[in-house]
Amino acid sequence: MKQHCYKTLVFCMLTGMAASVYPAPDADRQAELLYLLKHDCGSCHGMTRKGGLGPPLLPENLSDRPPQLMVNTVLDGRPGTPMPPWRGELSEQDAQWLVEAMLRGDGL
Amino acid sequence: MFPCNFLCRSASQARFADAIRSYVCLFLLFVLFSGLYQVANAECLMRGTGDLGIVIERASGSVQILDTTAKASLFRVEGLGDLSHASAVFSRDGRYAYVFGRDGGLSKIDLLCGTLDKRVIQAGNSIGGAISQDGSLVAVSNYTPGGVKVFAADSLELLADLPALDASGKPSKVVGLVDAPGQQFVYTLYDAGEIRIADLSDPAAPRVRRFPDIGRLPYDALITPDGRYYIAGLFGEDGLALLDLWKPQQGVQRILNNYGRGKEKLPVYKMPHLEGWAMAGRHVFLPAVGQHEVLVVDSQSWKEVGRIAVHGQPIFVVARPDGRQVWVNFAHPLNDTVQVIDTQSLKIIHSMQPGKGVLHMEFAPRGENVWVSVRDADQVQVYDTGTFARVAKLQAEKPSGIFFTARAHRTGL
Repeated sequence: MKQHCYKTLVFCMLTGMAASVYPAPDADRQAELLYLLKHDCGSCHGMTRKGGLGPPLLPENLSDRPPQLMVNTVLDGRPGTPMPPWRGELSEQDAQWLVEAMLRGDGL
Repeated sequence: MFPCNFLCRSASQARFADAIRSYVCLFLLFVLFSGLYQVANAECLMRGTGDLGIVIERASGSVQILDTTAKASLFRVEGLGDLSHASAVFSRDGRYAYVFGRDGGLSKIDLLCGTLDKRVIQAGNSIGGAISQDGSLVAVSNYTPGGVKVFAADSLELLADLPALDASGKPSKVVGLVDAPGQQFVYTLYDAGEIRIADLSDPAAPRVRRFPDIGRLPYDALITPDGRYYIAGLFGEDGLALLDLWKPQQGVQRILNNYGRGKEKLPVYKMPHLEGWAMAGRHVFLPAVGQHEVLVVDSQSWKEVGRIAVHGQPIFVVARPDGRQVWVNFAHPLNDTVQVIDTQSLKIIHSMQPGKGVLHMEFAPRGENVWVSVRDADQVQVYDTGTFARVAKLQAEKPSGIFFTARAHRTGL
């Protein structure tokens, strides 16, 4: 069992998938989140996620980062940088799905 | 096509009949070519451009050319690339708009013909631009690789490349690029925290002066309409960095040092813009960072004289050209609202909800109307600034920046 968990973790890290704790939000919420990603995250990271004042968010830029760390960044921001905390706007479930969507390159 | 190859012969032989035929031939040629000329220019307008402008359609990589008198769209120009966060300046004859795109594209648009006249991809990732005092140079500021590139305004030929390396050689993103009198461009290094003045009197030999240690993470800057003061907003600390371009030897001065002190800052969902200097009498109106406030500053002493509580975190704080009103829009998630401040009483005299995603406002040159882009409604709305009534509504795809040709004749815009 322990071995299995370890393998899953390695698989998840290798494929760049977040270990999904929450179910995906419904289709309407997914559409809202993708709109937010494009237009609001896009004002710093670029609408095509190639970066701007903030770093690029393309799959190749994110694939080697631990997904949970990115979920935390979305929710709590990065102190000392302009990245704001989105907690309040976004639930844990939303943030996790957004990170997965970025890793998949959804909406590009 | 035409049996005109006898034209040369007919002149030398000077025969009457041939001469008549040659005149007929010339006439036919004239008719043919004038016809072709008209076909080639069928789409171009014969009119002035003083009441024209453009609106950026940020998601579709296009712009619409606007007639602010008829309150109508004249053309749509496509193929401008990634226009998230795009801005524009105008040639001094008001015929061309230079559009700076996020993907590093610099596009020159012919307002009368509704065509993309020239386009170059000059960097990987850019943020804004400026046109020189004499209109001959267009400068673009870049994030990747950081720096400023200077182009000939007519041909878009690259004339100068000004890298933005800090003291240790690390490249920096460039923000707050403006033109200043004396063929100068002034800009700020975001990562390095430095202001630079580049004198392009001789584009082949630019002279750059550096002003380091202005403070942490300067995110944008503005220049006063007289071209004298350059002010950079700091994200990483409280206060603003001020450089007097008439006395640059005095160096950078910190102003409004206690701005924000003692208050817990709210998350900033969108960086405010400092362009569009809002000045009324001796008061300057600035967006507070991370607070639901507009700051009122005395432009003689550079001291804060008041704060006005507003609906959300302000993004653009812009004065009507006569300085009697200041209009404010807001960051996500309160970006459905616009508020109007009376600059004499410092009170909000009007609030309205044009729709979700109000991204930009541009005044008609003498201020009777303001044009508002409403992203989520796919509309540009035009308001009467006296009655606040909506007087027109135009369709546009995810509109953002609106820019009118009157900017051609103003320093810093």
